[in-house]
Amino acid sequence: MNGAQNSSKVVLLHLAVIGVLLAANFLLPEYHRGVFSRVLVLAVFAMGYNLMFGYTGLLSLGHAMFFAAGMYGAGLPLYHLGWGVPLSFGTGLVAGVGVATIVGLLALRTTGVAFMIVTMMFAQVFYLGSLYFTTWTRGEEGLVLNQQMRSIDLGGTAISLSDPSTRYLIALALFSVILLAILKLVRSPFGRTLVAIRENEERMRMLGYDVFRAKLSAIVLSGLFCASAGAAYAILFGYVGAGFATIQYSILPLLWVLAGGAATTLGPLIGTLFMFYVIDYTSGLTTAYLLFVGVALILLVLFFPKGLLGTIRERWLPWLP
Amino acid sequence: MGFGPYLLLASLEGLVTAAVLALTALGLSLVFGVMRVVNVAHGEFFMLGAVLAWGVSTAFAGHPAIGFTAALLVAPLVVGAAALLSERLVLRRLNYDPEATIVATIGMLYIIQQLALTFYGADARPVQPPFNIRIPLPWFGFSGYKLFVIFAAIAMMIVTWFVLTRTKIGLVMRATQYDRETAQAFGIPVDRVYAGVFALGAMLAALAAVLIVPIQQAHYLMGRDPLLLSFIVVIIGGLGSLRGTVVAAVLIGLSDSIISMFYSPTLAKMLATGLVAMVLVFRPQGLFGTTAR
Repeated sequence: MNGAQNSSKVVLLHLAVIGVLLAANFLLPEYHRGVFSRVLVLAVFAMGYNLMFGYTGLLSLGHAMFFAAGMYGAGLPLYHLGWGVPLSFGTGLVAGVGVATIVGLLALRTTGVAFMIVTMMFAQVFYLGSLYFTTWTRGEEGLVLNQQMRSIDLGGTAISLSDPSTRYLIALALFSVILLAILKLVRSPFGRTLVAIRENEERMRMLGYDVFRAKLSAIVLSGLFCASAGAAYAILFGYVGAGFATIQYSILPLLWVLAGGAATTLGPLIGTLFMFYVIDYTSGLTTAYLLFVGVALILLVLFFPKGLLGTIRERWLPWLP
Repeated sequence: MGFGPYLLLASLEGLVTAAVLALTALGLSLVFGVMRVVNVAHGEFFMLGAVLAWGVSTAFAGHPAIGFTAALLVAPLVVGAAALLSERLVLRRLNYDPEATIVATIGMLYIIQQLALTFYGADARPVQPPFNIRIPLPWFGFSGYKLFVIFAAIAMMIVTWFVLTRTKIGLVMRATQYDRETAQAFGIPVDRVYAGVFALGAMLAALAAVLIVPIQQAHYLMGRDPLLLSFIVVIIGGLGSLRGTVVAAVLIGLSDSIISMFYSPTLAKMLATGLVAMVLVFRPQGLFGTTAR
């Protein structure tokens, strides 16, 4: 049967991507391994964004809030209370889910352009809040989590997360879990519901689906995934700062997802990797990397609205999820 | 000084903010209202106006008023031309699709910001006010230029109101805003109206920026706050409502200035942004707007 064949092809493809990334840990030179571990974490952020923007069709301009909620949720207890890494990671996730639930309940009362502006404003309130409570967050300057805080005690042996290889493997583990979760999610009836809502919300409502609940679930899941990326970033790279809550960090995942291909499971990874190296390369040539980001956004939206993987799927590989 | 004079000072400063904000927000509101385009690059047009004002005014030697007047004429024209160009090159090709234009104007924001950083630099640079008069009040002297800004903005608002409601151009714009297809069927060149409105919106922002530079200095990141505040004003005031824009600008300007003086600027912005988000959530048509079609 064609469907089953495609299904195993899809699963194999995703496992192969994870396999290649695992091999990369042992093959990549030091600098690029560092870049890759950062990209893997940020790709999780982009995947969380994609679930809402690509699959559900909700264009949010406030996702830095979810990322930063995870980051502060994990970083603050780690820094101030000395809670361990696993517990802090957990509080990061809880913070993300909490913020996403509240924002979702409020913002979903609006649609379209108003939705974007409301999400942007909530994110701005969050950002200003992180500046206002400077006593604990140190604002733009941020908190540096030292190496001792960032180690896990496993039956007497301490695993240091600042070791490049450990860091890479943990980033990859998080990436793999979220990638497979999203793959499962978008191929499930729930994922199909989200896509159908994106295509025609009114029809779904008429068919008797609880559109509000489905959209809220998408936001909460997106918040959870983005917060996991934020928490992981804080723990793996040892820095928590208000810079990650700025509007720029709401726009970057949009750029990554657009570049890689909205509503594709692997697009966010490809987009993040691509844009990261493009910026890395151009900032070596010129300091004007924002110019490049701007031009890239305009060119993408004008001539390449489906992104890299989206175009490949449309032309050659219609079975890509 | 007691509590009263502080409040008066805060209110006067707030009115200056409100004046500049009303002009900026009016530009955003026109573009949003007529074209249904959320122009995220609006703050950068504002910044561009301020930076150009510095460039033009320093190019003229002699009395500061000469340079300032030149800036008042040149900066809005150049910014309007830049806006016209980006409208033709980008927005029209996207067929004014709301989501695509948001992404594209974010791109413009970055491009303009980076160009300003590259060619103008990261310094904040002052512009001489055209005149230096202090108006003596019993408790403090208040800058005459700041009063001039308030009156200039009021004059500009009246001109805009007159154009919108009493002239043929305004009629054409309102017809396009009300129903694009029907307007086109009646022979209105919708295409050109859109281009004109986009340029006009940018010019209003630039004008507001020229007025503020003698008070605030020109800096390449100065577009961020006006953008957010203009969004706030447009939303509270309701789309396309001139009266709403003015009232909201005064409300935001005054509250921002008073809360900033007595508490903290960050808290003021937090409260304003949060409240506005709530307005949008619970009353999407704005406080003064009529229900959206």
